[in-house]
Amino acid sequence: MKANCWYGKKDVRVEEVPDPKILNRRDAIVKITSTAICGSDLHLYNGFMPTMEKGDILGHEFMGEIVEVGPDVKKRKVGDRVVVSFPISCGNCFFCQQEMFTLCENSNPNAWMAEKMFGHSPCGIFGYSHLTGGYAGGQAEYARVPFADVGTLKVPAGLTDEQVLFLSDIFPTGYMGAEMCDIKPGDTVAVWGCGPVGQFAIASARLLGAERVIGIDRYPDRLRMAREGAKADEVINFEEADTYEALMEMTGGRGPDSCIDAVGMEAFGGHGIVYAYDRVKQALMAETDRPIALREAIMACRNGGNVSVIGVYGGFIDKFPMGSFMNRSLTMKTGQCHVQRYMQPLLERVEKGEIDPSFVITHRLPLEEASHGYDIFSEKEDNCIKIVLKPGH
Amino acid sequence: MAATGTKKQKQEMEPEGTRHRPSARTSLRQRQPSGKTQRRTMTGARTVGQEDTHGTQRGGLLNMNEEQLARGLGWFSIGLGLAEILAPRAIAKISGGRGAHTGLIRLFGLREIASGIGIFAQGRRPAAAVWSRVAGDALDLATLAVTFASPDSRKGRVAFATANVLAVTALDVLCAQQLGSQHHTTEGGTAQVKKSIIINRAPAELYAFWRELGNLPRIMNHLESVNETDATRSHWVAKAPAGTTVEWDAEITEEREGEFIAWRSIEGSEVDNYGSVSFERATGGRGTIVNVEMEYTPPGGVLGATVAKLFGEEPGQQAQEALRCFKQVMELGEVVVSEGTVWDNGLLTQRPAQPPTSGELGHSRGAGAK
Repeated sequence: MKANCWYGKKDVRVEEVPDPKILNRRDAIVKITSTAICGSDLHLYNGFMPTMEKGDILGHEFMGEIVEVGPDVKKRKVGDRVVVSFPISCGNCFFCQQEMFTLCENSNPNAWMAEKMFGHSPCGIFGYSHLTGGYAGGQAEYARVPFADVGTLKVPAGLTDEQVLFLSDIFPTGYMGAEMCDIKPGDTVAVWGCGPVGQFAIASARLLGAERVIGIDRYPDRLRMAREGAKADEVINFEEADTYEALMEMTGGRGPDSCIDAVGMEAFGGHGIVYAYDRVKQALMAETDRPIALREAIMACRNGGNVSVIGVYGGFIDKFPMGSFMNRSLTMKTGQCHVQRYMQPLLERVEKGEIDPSFVITHRLPLEEASHGYDIFSEKEDNCIKIVLKPGH
Repeated sequence: MAATGTKKQKQEMEPEGTRHRPSARTSLRQRQPSGKTQRRTMTGARTVGQEDTHGTQRGGLLNMNEEQLARGLGWFSIGLGLAEILAPRAIAKISGGRGAHTGLIRLFGLREIASGIGIFAQGRRPAAAVWSRVAGDALDLATLAVTFASPDSRKGRVAFATANVLAVTALDVLCAQQLGSQHHTTEGGTAQVKKSIIINRAPAELYAFWRELGNLPRIMNHLESVNETDATRSHWVAKAPAGTTVEWDAEITEEREGEFIAWRSIEGSEVDNYGSVSFERATGGRGTIVNVEMEYTPPGGVLGATVAKLFGEEPGQQAQEALRCFKQVMELGEVVVSEGTVWDNGLLTQRPAQPPTSGELGHSRGAGAK
C-alpha cells in the first residue's frame, strides 16, 4: 500500500510499504477514505520530536471502511464505515473504565520512554513517534486499528467524510477544551489560538451556551474563519492590539470567565527535557511568542475563573505565574482529549445540523501530495488552515 | 519532580535497619528465604527502598560518583552562569568574541543557573537536569561555531573555548547516562531490581497465573520455557544470543497462597538468581499491587558475558516490561504490540512504524499474529 512516511526534518515521502496485518486479537484493518494533517504533525515534520524512526508512517486523524477484524472484535464488522479516534485505548484498565481514554495504561508498548519523560505514560497514539507507542499512522491507504471496538465510531451513510472526519481528534479536542470551562449562562470565553483546534473550541463554547466568545490570533484568515465559521463574537489580532488590554476593555476590567489555551508550546507528547529546555531558551530570547499564551490566559482570566489547556505541552515551562494563579482562586484543567468519550454525542450534534465541522477545511489533496501539503501547512502558505488527504483517488 | 520528592520523603521517614540486603554473591547463596521483602512497621507504614539510604549496601560506589559528579556540574553551572551574567564582556573575551553579544551571554548565564538549580532541585537522581546541561552545551557549541566563522573573532581563543565546552559536554553526557540507568549493581556484580505495578484483577487470580511457572515466558520475553519438575522445582530455559540458550534449575523457597511467591536457583546453578513476587489488594477495589524483586549474580567467563547480556544490561527495565506484559495479559488476555516495537531478549527495540513484512511477523508476540 501507499503511505506517507517520515524521513527527517521537512522530509516526508509517500512510499510503497507492506499492507497492515492483524497483530492483536482486537485489531481491525481499515481501508482509509479520508485522512488529515494535524497541526501537531508539523512538530514531527519540523524535526522537533525525538523517538522518530526513518520510515515511520504518520497520521492520526483518519476514517474509512473496516476490511478485516481480529477474532476478539465484537462490535464492529467488515464493511462498517468508521471514524478512528487518535488515542489508542484498551477499554479495560482503570482509566479507560473512567472514560479517561488518553490515560490508558495498556496501549503504549513504549511506556518506559514516556515514563522517563513524564513520570507516567499516556496512551498510545497513531503515527506519533515511538514515545507514544510506535504505531503506524493513518496517512496511508490502510491502517491497523487496535482495540477497534473502543477506538472506532460507526458513522451513518448520510454524512460525508468531511463532516465526520474531525471527530477523530480536533473537534472533540476543542469541545473538551470548552467543556473544561464549566460554562454557565452569561459567560464570556476567550480562546488563544485560532488554528483548527481553536476554531472548534470557539464553536464548542458556543454550543455549550457561552454568551460571548472571543478568538485571539495574529493571522487575518484564521480570525476571519473564527468569526464566520466558528461564530466568535469578537476577535483580537494580538499584533494590532494588546490582548490583555483588549480583553479588559471588553469585560469591564473583570476578565473572561474562562480562558482556553489552544496554542501550547508547539509540542505534543514528550519532547524530553532537551527539547523542553530548548523552548525555555527560546522564550528567554523572545524567539517565540508561544509560551506566552498560557501566561497571558492566566493573567487575563477573571478571579475564580477557569483556565483550560488543550494546546500541547511537552516538557517544562518557564515562569509560570503561580502567584496570580493561587491568589485569584483560578482552576486549571487540561489533558489530551479523551476522544472516545465525545465521538457519539458530537456525531449526534453533527446529525442534528448544530455544527458542520467541515468549515475548517481549506485544502483537499491526493495522498500522493502529502509532502506538498506539509510544506504549505508548515509555512502557512496559501492561507492553509486544514488539509484533508484522499488516498487512492 | 513530584515523584522524586515523594520517594525521597519516604526514604527519610523510614527507620533504619528494617531490612538487610545481601550485596555479595556468597551472601546471596546463603540467604534464608524470608519473604519479608515488604515488612510493615508498627504503625503499618510500608518500608521500601531502605537499601537506598546506605551507600555500602547498595554497593553504590558508581552511584555515589555520578551523584557527586552531578552536584559538581550543578555548582559549575551556577558559577559559570553568575560569571556570564556579571561579567559578560570578560567571558566573551576569554572565548574569543569581541564582546558585542553581552546580552546573549547574559541569557546563557540565566540558562546555566537554571540548569544548576535544576540539578539540585531534582534531588538524588537529577538525570533530567543534567541532560538539560547537555542541551545547553549544544547551544554553546553552536554559538562558538558562529563566532569562529565571524571575521573579527580570535580563532585561537574560540578553539580553546570550544575544546573546553566539548570536554564538559562529554562529562555531562556521561553523567546523565549513568544517572539515567535504573538499576543498582553491587560490588560483587549482583544486580538487584525492584519493580511494582497495579493490575485491575484480584490477587488470587494474579497469584494463580504466576504460580503456574510455565506461564512466565508469556510475560518475560527473554525466557524460552519454564517447566515444573516437581511441586517446588522447575527448569528454566532462557534465550541467549545467536540462537543458543542458558538453562538452570530453580526451586520455590516460599509461597503463601494468593500473596507471595519466592524462588531461587538451586545451589551450583550456572546462573545464580533469586526472585520474589507479592500480591496485595489495592484500596477501593482497584485491583492488586504487584511487587517483584529479582537478583542475579553473573558467573565468570564467556557464559558470564552471555548471561550478563541476557539479564544485565537493563535488568530494571526488563523487569518493568515483564510487569507491564503481566498487566496486559491479565487485563486484556495478550501482550499489546505496535508496528514500531520488536521484542529482543525481553527488551523492546524499535523499528520503523510500518506494517511488518510476513518474514518479520515471527517477532511479534501478538496472539493474532499466530
